[in-house]
Amino acid sequence: MVPKKHLLQRLLAHLQVLFNLSGNLTLLKNHELDQFKKEILETFAKQIPFCNTLGIGFDCLGNEITTHLPFKKEFIGNPAIPALHGGVIGSFLEISAIIQLSWSIFLEKKNNGDNFSIAKLKEESLILQRLPKTIDLTIDYLNAGRSIESFARAKVNKIGRRYASVSVKTWQDDPNNPFALASAHFLVTNSMKL
Amino acid sequence: MIDEIPIPSEQVKLFFMNLPFSKFLGLKLSRLGDGKAVMILNYRKDLVGDPKTGVLHGGVITTLLDSCCGAAVMTAGDPKTSTATIDLRIDYMRPAKPDTTITAEAICYKVTNSVVFVKASAQDGTKKTPVATATGAFTSPF
Repeated sequence: MVPKKHLLQRLLAHLQVLFNLSGNLTLLKNHELDQFKKEILETFAKQIPFCNTLGIGFDCLGNEITTHLPFKKEFIGNPAIPALHGGVIGSFLEISAIIQLSWSIFLEKKNNGDNFSIAKLKEESLILQRLPKTIDLTIDYLNAGRSIESFARAKVNKIGRRYASVSVKTWQDDPNNPFALASAHFLVTNSMKL
Repeated sequence: MIDEIPIPSEQVKLFFMNLPFSKFLGLKLSRLGDGKAVMILNYRKDLVGDPKTGVLHGGVITTLLDSCCGAAVMTAGDPKTSTATIDLRIDYMRPAKPDTTITAEAICYKVTNSVVFVKASAQDGTKKTPVATATGAFTSPF
C-alpha cells in the first residue's frame, strides 16, 4: 500500500501542474475536465483498501459515477447457481454510495465559487480524505447476482448538516432492471465540508 | 425428488466454510445449530475501509453478518433446499477496534414456511455495545 500522505502529495502535485498550465479550471476543455476529475477520483478511491481488494473501478460522466465490480470466482456465495455472495453485493453498494457521496460533497463545495485558485482547490480536495461514516444500510436483494460484471449508480437524496441519505442500485445488463437496491444513511461532519 | 432430502447440519457447516467468498475474507464458523450461528473474522489490512483509522470496511461486517444469518437459517429446522437473503438491514453502532477479531452471532427468531426472520450482532470484544447489528428476512428452506 502506498502511504496516504504520498497519494495526497501526488494529487496536489498533479493539480499544481494542471493549474500552472491552464491557470483556471474553466479554461480546461470538457474532455480535459473529465479526465482531470477522473484522476482526482481515482486517487481518492485507491486510498480505500477494501475497494482495491474487490477490484472496483468506475466511470465518471458529468457529476455521475458508475462503479464496476468485476466478477471473480472468489465472490461466489452460492456455488449451485452460481450466485454472488450477498456480502459482496452489500459491500459494492456501500462503496458506491460512499464514493458518490464524497464526490457530491466535493463538487458542491467546488461549485460554490467561480474563481478557482490552486490553494482553494488544494484545500477542497482535502475533503476527499475524510470519508463519510455509515450509520445504516438496508439492502433489498431482488435477484441472484450472476457470475458476470456488475455496475452500480448511487443517488444522493440529501446532504444535511450532519446526515446524508443515499440510494444505490446495482445491475448487470439493464440499468432499469437492478438485481439489488440499497438505501443508506451517513454521518457527514462539518469538518468534511471544511 | 433430491430437494426433499433434509440436509444434515454437518453439511451446512461444510457448505458455509467452503463458500468462495467466505474463504476469501477468512470467515470461520465456530458454532452452529438450533437456528443459531457464531462466526469469526480475523482482522486484515486489505479489508480496511478508512486507512486513516484502520477500521474495517462496513462491507466486511455486512458479509460477516449476512453469512452468519444464512448459516443460522439453515439450522432452524430440517432444510430441504438452500436459502437466500430477501433483505438485510445493518446498523453500524461504532467503529470496530483495529487489529481485533470480530465475532458475529445470529439467532432466528421467527421461522415460517416461506420466510425466516433473523437478528444478528457483531462484537469486537472491547465493550458491551455491539459494533453492528443486523435484521434480516431470508427465504425459508423448510
